[in-house]
Parts: sequence; C-alpha cells; structure tokens
Amino acid sequence: MSDTEKYIKAFTSSFNVKPKDVKNLKYESIDEWNSVGHMSLISAIEKNFNIMLESSDIISFNSYEKGKEILKKYNINI
Amino acid sequence: MWNLQKYKNNIAIITEENKKITYNELDLYCTNLTKNIKKRCLVFNLCRNEIGSLAGYVGFLNSKTVPLLLSADLDEELLLNCIETYKPDYINLPSELRDKFNYDCIYENLNYSLLKTPYNNEYPLYEDLALLLTTSGSTGSPKLVRQSYKNIKVNTESIIKFLKINENERAITTLPMTYTYGLSVINTHLYSGASIILTEKGLMQEEFWKQLKENNATSLAGVPYTYEMLERLKFFRMNLPSINYLTQSGGKLPFELHKNFSRWAKDNNKKFIVMYGMTEATARIAYLPNEKSQEKYGSIGISIPGGRLSLIDDDNNEITTPNTRGEIVYKGDNVTLGYAQKGEDLIKGDERFSILKTGDIGTFDEDGYFYIVGRKKRFLKIFGNRVNLDETENIIKSYFKNIQCACCGVDDEMHIYITNSLLKEEVLSYLSQKTGLNKSAFKIFIINEIPKNEAGKIMYKNLEPVSV
Repeated sequence: MSDTEKYIKAFTSSFNVKPKDVKNLKYESIDEWNSVGHMSLISAIEKNFNIMLESSDIISFNSYEKGKEILKKYNINI
Repeated sequence: MWNLQKYKNNIAIITEENKKITYNELDLYCTNLTKNIKKRCLVFNLCRNEIGSLAGYVGFLNSKTVPLLLSADLDEELLLNCIETYKPDYINLPSELRDKFNYDCIYENLNYSLLKTPYNNEYPLYEDLALLLTTSGSTGSPKLVRQSYKNIKVNTESIIKFLKINENERAITTLPMTYTYGLSVINTHLYSGASIILTEKGLMQEEFWKQLKENNATSLAGVPYTYEMLERLKFFRMNLPSINYLTQSGGKLPFELHKNFSRWAKDNNKKFIVMYGMTEATARIAYLPNEKSQEKYGSIGISIPGGRLSLIDDDNNEITTPNTRGEIVYKGDNVTLGYAQKGEDLIKGDERFSILKTGDIGTFDEDGYFYIVGRKKRFLKIFGNRVNLDETENIIKSYFKNIQCACCGVDDEMHIYITNSLLKEEVLSYLSQKTGLNKSAFKIFIINEIPKNEAGKIMYKNLEPVSV
C-alpha cells in the first residue's frame, strides 16, 4: 500500500467515509470528526505509518490537508 | 440564587473571543434578558458553552423562572418532542437556530434569541422547583430530573468546601453545561466569585490549549474519556504551571490512569480529586481527598460534606461490615425532588426525602472508603453519560420494525447484537444520531439468533459471558 493509500485509509476507517470524500475533511466538518473521532484518526495514522505523533502535532492535525503537512516532519510525503 | 453584585468587579467569564465579562456585566446581561419574562414559568435554554447560554441559566434561576437545559445540538425530533411534552413559555437559543421555529423573537443579545411560544403556564410548577436536567443527557427521552433551589445551593456549598474553591480560581470548561458535572463547575465558580473560561473547543483542538494557557486556567474537570485523551496527548510532559488541580467523575477511571494521574499530582505538587455523583443528587455525592489519592486507588472516597453514604443489602438493611457488597445509598439535602416524565409532573413536590438509592453496587473498606464493584441496573457509562441498555434496545426496536436486537457491552463501548446484516450501517447511524454519541461508542455484531430463555427474556450472559 502506498503512503497516500495508507493516509486515506486512516480517514475512511475512522470516520466511515468514502475515499473520494476525504480531501475536504476538517475537524468538525462531519459529525464523526469530533474529539472521539480524532483519537481514532490519530491512532490509525500512528498505526498505519508506525510513528508516534507529538502532542502539538496531534492538536494541530485539524484537516486532511494540514495532516499532510504535519506528516512531512516525520518524513512521510503524501 | 446568585449574588452577582457581591463580586461585581471580579471577572466572571472569559469568552473564546477573549472578552472578559465582570460579575456586574453578567448581572446586567441577565436582568436585561429576564425582564422580558413577567412571571414564573418554564423556559427551555438551548445550551452551548457560550455567554448567551450562561446568562440565560443564571438569569432564569435568579428570576425564579424554571429552565430546562438542553444541548443546542440536540436532535430536532427529540427537541420537538420535549416542547410538545412540557410546553415551555419561552425558548432561549443561539440566534442561528431561530429559524427552525415559528415563534416570535422578543429579545436578542449576545447572539442569542428569546422566543415566545404560544404556551402560557400550561403546567403549574412546584414552588421550590429551580431547574430541570435530562437524566442521561443522551438517550433523549423526555425524562427529567427536578432540582430545587436548596438542592443546588447545598451541593454547590459542599463542593466549594471540599475543593476549596475561592475567587482566585479560573476553571476552563471541558464539559457541556447541560451535563450536571459541567454545570457544577459553573455553579461553584459563580458562587465563589471566581472566573469561568468558556469554550466550545475540545481537548483535541489547538485553540483549547491556547485559551487555557493565555488565561492561566487553574483547573480541569474530566470524565474517564477526558483522561484517556489527556494521557494520549502526553499531558504529563506538558508545561502547565497555572493548573492547580484536576477533578474526575462520570464513571470509573481505569486503574492505570488513576495511578498515573495521582502520581503526576504528587510529583508536581498538584491535586487530583476523583469524585462520584449523579444528576439525581444535583451533582456530587462522594470524593476521594487528594491526600488519599495514591493510597486508595479505585475508590470513590467518602461522602461530600453534609451528606452520608451507606450500603444496604437486599432486605434494605444497612451493611456494617467492611468489604461486603451492597447497593450504595446516599442521604443529603442535595438529593433531588424526583423525576418528571410529563408536564403534569412539574407540580410534584419532594418524592425522595433526601434519600437516593444509586443503583450502583459497592463496598467500603476498614477506613470507610467506598468502592464501586457493579451495577444493579443495566446501564453503561459512555463518555460520562449513563446510557440505559434496555432503553437503547427500545429506541432501536421502535424505529426498525421487526428487528431482533440486544444491547450490552462495557463502558465507552456498547455492543449491539442484531440478526439482520443489511441493517448494520443504518442502526449505527440512527443510534449515533439519536443519542448524540459518536459512532465509535457502538459496535454492531451480526448473529444468527438472539439467545432467549423459555420465558422469552434475552440471555445476555450467553452473548457476553465476560462483560455482563
């Protein structure tokens, strides 16, 4: 699985959305992405890429696009 | 109820926009709102952690108008059902929601609108009735808890005493004000002339932490799930010098978390106070003093000042031997009047006479510290809310005709067994919408048949031998 696929899968598995709908997702833009959903998303990201996110990255990870930027710090390019 | 002039120059509220509102200003907001309401009546206050909701709550209590606090995000059908059931005279709500109703707006301020419904004192109100809250805050049934002025006053004073809250405190909201624990944070701070940092932002948002740091919040309140999030955020490594204490309630904290947070408190000269409470007891019932936090892991502690905790056996006799199981019973002036399930119940007086059977099974140790070991009724604590499993089954069965279902599970994860695999997604979406709880709180299992005994009762033990 490519990194992009892994990234998209973290969203689809956490929020029950289709791959084509993930690009515009933002925190609270759908009901599922609240604090509880955020925990699942972060766990899925960490598991899929085998990394541990810093606190500051966990709380600023507030959109699909922002997440891509954050993951660059961990040498993951989506 | 609230003597806002006593601390008139203190900061009462700090908003998300960083606006600082003094007690004097809050008083003005309240009176400007409530002078539109001429006589004692019922009002629905649709809440967010915003100044408009807070001014409504405080103002209505002070003007002896009875508010029912509901979430502004409550499912529309449930809200209409509540309006139909209780026929409120007014609704105070965020202005953006105004168009959902065909009612006249008679006052607007702080982005909130006061709407006049066609109802006028449809149901008489008991003289000491102060406030109405929903029981679980989630299953959306119109069953309400009736709280009196005395209930709120004595519980607030008791909490202030054991948490030692003074006017220098600044709590940041982490829980909704419709939830009794969140409301008790607001009550205790207003009563003490302290400040409340109001936010709709959650722990997982950058803005929350910015607000906390910039305004030097001194305390945080959390349900078990909050503590899981805090640990996940590596809270122990954060630098938060202004925080003096943390409180926990809304369900049993996993042993490891209790241990880790107690240790953090001790090592950093902070306090960590585990508490136990119910909406039916206004808010708080018991607390574990910080000094005992490490020694008594897993305990809910002792009765709050002014109350008494005990255990009773199946014959209603008080248990006097340590380490014996029995139902936890609480006695105190914060035990609420009773429930309301329909408009006619609002005239009812005190039905409990200060005694509350909690439905939790507990023990106490040789030092008199209480522990919860089980439950008498079938309910789970989900993100701090009591969710009744039988009621949830009924919600599913009344919407999906001819469905076979059984609900059980563990705290923060309800298990729903159904026999029709085609309905899996639908049941999940419907439950999440009706309860207002995130889908991750539910796990749906497809099985061939719901196990039942000869009498037709579901045999939950056959579904989940471990958790039931």
